[in-house]
Amino acid sequence: MHLQVSQVSKSFGDGRDCKLVLQDISFELVSGQFMALVGSSGSGKSTVMRLIAGLEQPSEGTIHLDGELVQRPGSDRGMVFQKYSLYPWLTAAQNVAFGLSLQGRGKAEIRERTSYFLDVVGLADAARLLPRELSGGMQQRVAIARALATEPKVLLLDEPFGALDLQIRESMQEFLQDLWKTTGLTALLITHDIEEALLLAGTVHIMAPRPGRIVHSVDVRLDRSDLRHLRVSQPFLELREELAGRLRSLDGSLL
Amino acid sequence: MVWSPPLRRFFSHPWVLGVLGILTVFVAWWLVTSSGMVDKLFLPGPRAVWLAGSDQFQQGILVADAVASVRRVFLGFMISAGLALPIGIAMGTNRKICHFLEPLMALIRYMPAPAFIPLLIIYFGLEELPKVMLIFIGTFFFNTLMIMDAVKFVPSELVETALTLGGRGLPILTRVVAPFIAPQVLDTYRINMASAWNLVIVAELVAANEGLGKRISLAQRFLRTDEIFFGLIVIGLIGLIIDLGFRFLMRRACSWAN
Ligand SMILES: Nc1ncnc2c1ncn2[C@@H]1O[C@H](COP(=O)(O)OP(=O)(O)OP(=O)(O)O)[C@@H](O)[C@H]1O
Ligand SMILES: [Mg+2]
Repeated sequence: MHLQVSQVSKSFGDGRDCKLVLQDISFELVSGQFMALVGSSGSGKSTVMRLIAGLEQPSEGTIHLDGELVQRPGSDRGMVFQKYSLYPWLTAAQNVAFGLSLQGRGKAEIRERTSYFLDVVGLADAARLLPRELSGGMQQRVAIARALATEPKVLLLDEPFGALDLQIRESMQEFLQDLWKTTGLTALLITHDIEEALLLAGTVHIMAPRPGRIVHSVDVRLDRSDLRHLRVSQPFLELREELAGRLRSLDGSLL
Repeated sequence: MVWSPPLRRFFSHPWVLGVLGILTVFVAWWLVTSSGMVDKLFLPGPRAVWLAGSDQFQQGILVADAVASVRRVFLGFMISAGLALPIGIAMGTNRKICHFLEPLMALIRYMPAPAFIPLLIIYFGLEELPKVMLIFIGTFFFNTLMIMDAVKFVPSELVETALTLGGRGLPILTRVVAPFIAPQVLDTYRINMASAWNLVIVAELVAANEGLGKRISLAQRFLRTDEIFFGLIVIGLIGLIIDLGFRFLMRRACSWAN
């Protein structure tokens, strides 16, 4: 798997209302990599993700997935939104099965994969519950299972835990870390939480707003065997402070 | 007043209170008319109304009237609902179609449907067609615009999720948009059914051979207030049954939305 984003710019509107939202974004993502995009609100993180998903088209530049130009949405790029993305009339299991049945897979295969991926996210017992009967964290796990069920080459996560409270957020971060270790998925995570990005991602890109662009990239080399310990370890805190300082200076330079 | 818990629970049940409300008015009606305070011609008592009704039933008029009115309502409303669904969905999903049709519909919507009656009679005579058309005109634009609104409120995340799962075209409509708007569509139909029911009576008051509205206007000519009262009660009851039917359907088909 090789995702290549090359010199992508994006503007919305035309004529006098034309607004440059992304400028010259380039990065690469390969199999098994976990990458994070961090930036303040309005820096264009979601737009990057929507471009990769094929929900928007770049104004300039190209996005290639395994050498093929990305032009429209497809199941090779799974996406998880911040919230409100489960189908409220379907049970957890039916939500997970939704993509598979859209693709017209066989009944037996759908049943098997659905229960497998519900199991992967630890929700085998919740299979028959409706979304409104699930907690926010459980809902997001179902959404992740649904995205994984169609076996995308890359999983796009747009602030998947942004609407959850702190405690659940931390356990979801551990869950995602485990999931990445066990399934070997490739992920692009969007967040405005530096801590979250450093905990999970091997590569972190920092984005600055107006226009959105990548201003700094770090390869994170930390021992991730115990996230709880990592959160309070010295090298982690130092790195977090350094990046937080960069983000602050970006915001400061705008005032 | 100190009520025992079971008794309080009994009275807090919505159905009990609802029946109690109806009973109160009924008893008041019975008391006022049996006291002899008001002229019987002006306000007939429950017994007189009941007798007028059973008389109509025995002659077979009641069933024939009810069937005639219900048939008109269902015909007109089915055409209206059936056309409003695809057009409403088209307007809700396609901006061009919406811009083209919305001002037109919003304008016609504010023309009172009964004002079309003279025109309909000139065009289509006094048979069934003008009455069915009236119900169509009176409900189609409301149905369409309300369905359009329901479609516009489908969260974009739901559609975009389906796209990223490999969905495209018609399946998005049938498997995402349709189930999401189903509760609102049923509710739209329920609400507008009430005005269809109003309109059929208006149409029959003006011109008809049979129907519940026709019976009322005949009763007026002969000063039969008991028949008028009976007609009103029957119309109310049939409307209520239709309303409850829609609610039942909604609870069965869209339990997730409650
Ligand atoms: N469809 C659109 N039309 C016009 N402007 C848009 C559109 N989508 C995004 N924008 C603008 O692009 C900018 C970046 O938006 P984007 O949602 O990508 O930011 P973000 O980094 O994800 O922010 P947040 O952290 O708040 O989610 C914003 O100023 C937004 O107003
Ligand atoms: Mg965003």
